[in-house]
Amino acid sequence: MLGEVAQLALNGMMAGTILAVPAIGFTAIYAVLRFPNFTVASHLTIGAFAGWVANTALGLPAAAAVAVAFVVAGVAGVVNDELLLKPLRPAGGLTTAIGAVALTIVLENVVRFVFGNDLRGYALPIQRDWQLAGVRIGPQQVQNFALAVVAMTGVFVFLAFTRMGKAMRAVADNPTLASIKGIDADRVARLTNFVAMGLAGVGGMLVGLDTSIDPLTGFRVILSVFAAAVVGGLGSIPGAVVGALTIGVGEELSLLVWAPAYRSVVGFAAILLVLTLRPRGLLGERAY
Amino acid sequence: MQNYLVAMAVFAGLYALLALGLNVVWGMTGMINLGLAGFFAVGAYASALASKKGGVPIVAGVAAAAVAAAAAGALMAVTTARLRGDYLAIITLGFSEVVRLVASNELWLTNGTDGISGIPGPWRGRVPPTTFNALYLGIVILTVAVIFLACQRLRHSPYGRALRAIRDDDQVASVAGKPVIAFKVQAFALSAAILGVAGALWAHYTSFIAPEAFAPLVTIYIVLALTAGGTGNNVGALVGAVLVVFFMEATRFATGWIGALAPVQIAALREALIGAGLLLVLRLRPHGLVPERIVRVAAPGAEHRVSIGSSR
Repeated sequence: MLGEVAQLALNGMMAGTILAVPAIGFTAIYAVLRFPNFTVASHLTIGAFAGWVANTALGLPAAAAVAVAFVVAGVAGVVNDELLLKPLRPAGGLTTAIGAVALTIVLENVVRFVFGNDLRGYALPIQRDWQLAGVRIGPQQVQNFALAVVAMTGVFVFLAFTRMGKAMRAVADNPTLASIKGIDADRVARLTNFVAMGLAGVGGMLVGLDTSIDPLTGFRVILSVFAAAVVGGLGSIPGAVVGALTIGVGEELSLLVWAPAYRSVVGFAAILLVLTLRPRGLLGERAY
Repeated sequence: MQNYLVAMAVFAGLYALLALGLNVVWGMTGMINLGLAGFFAVGAYASALASKKGGVPIVAGVAAAAVAAAAAGALMAVTTARLRGDYLAIITLGFSEVVRLVASNELWLTNGTDGISGIPGPWRGRVPPTTFNALYLGIVILTVAVIFLACQRLRHSPYGRALRAIRDDDQVASVAGKPVIAFKVQAFALSAAILGVAGALWAHYTSFIAPEAFAPLVTIYIVLALTAGGTGNNVGALVGAVLVVFFMEATRFATGWIGALAPVQIAALREALIGAGLLLVLRLRPHGLVPERIVRVAAPGAEHRVSIGSSR
């Protein structure tokens, strides 16, 4: 029993770290543009498929294909936002959110149109799991974990130390003040979209490396992504990480009491609980 | 062909109900609901289970659907009543996914992805199918008429004015002494009840329901219907519903004419077109074909003006 719990907790930490990557994307867009951008779901799928093409058709190893997933999903994110969502923003955040749901459906179906509904797996070397004190861990799991950590470290370094990262935080904190200081909000918005959707794409690929991908990959993960962002505090990047780890471990531990199909219900239950008890999330909205 | 047209008219009526339901929250109160498919599903399952397994009359099943959906709606609204609308957007979208998961996995109750078949319909089996369809169309039209009139009454009542005040600025409404949270929860529950009734009518018409029928695409249909018709306007909801059914069927025929596409590609193309349709309407005609008109009584000294839409 204890061994099982340890195994699930470890799996949960791994899954939570991967989940943190798209959750950062979702929360970053919320912080800067002030609307829940549901197209994170479809950019997750786009990244997963871009990485899959790079991995299986071009023969890149998984670690290099993740970079392709980042760039393709990031560029798609900027283009989609510029052309389709940005014009809706003057009508308000909720109208834009509706537009985002519509756009998600469109993008998901573009992927379906091109690739079909079949499940696809990445070309990965078959490796034996390691056994450590009765706990199993796979080399691929460790690699995914490492890739997620690298991606997140990159984001933190970018936000903390670069001029553009500081500009992003400034706009998130107070758009009016930022514009008075001469920060170009449009540029910041574009950059945020690129990084955030790139992260969504990386998250999609990492999820796919664990299992397989199809056009609904993004939609299946999105409930956990929302939960991670809301539990941690919507708009807070460290919050998204804490929230993702909480949801990741919670989903795995739920296997002790619930059928695996209900994993993503954990996220929804966590949202209800957090909004009832501590609506600003564990770390509070707008904490950096 | 006649059966086909009657079926489309029934669907248009059901979409009209759904759009009217959405209008109560989104159009009148300014609260978002991106989980329409979930409330629709709750209604469909509640009525199907109550009438098939519980053996209650269909009318009681429809009432149960309204109550179940309203309870779910009230829970969502209470949880997020004090928060920004974004949270409601997230939570309702999540809700519809959870409903689908539960419906797919609680085999003992919902029969999982195989769905529930043999849901009773009024006079089904006792009259020829054509007569059943015509009768059902009558029932749907009657329901739409009743709910439309109720919504119109609501819109022009002091209660409806309070809802619009909350939509336009809930702080002002609160300062004016309106119990904003109670209003929001009631409006959301009322709207969910209408969505639930639509779900129940759908279940009794098709006699078969399964989780995949309640995909997020259904939510897009309904939002498209209301937005295309005119948000805030009950007439717009009716017009939009007819347009959406027409548009959906048009895409069915249009994609059928394109050769050399796999069935999955045709399905994908249709879904993408419907999403694109909503994006286009939001962009080009955000106030819809029948924009909301509120004639405001001029304050002394102020010029008389007719305001279209709202500052949402």
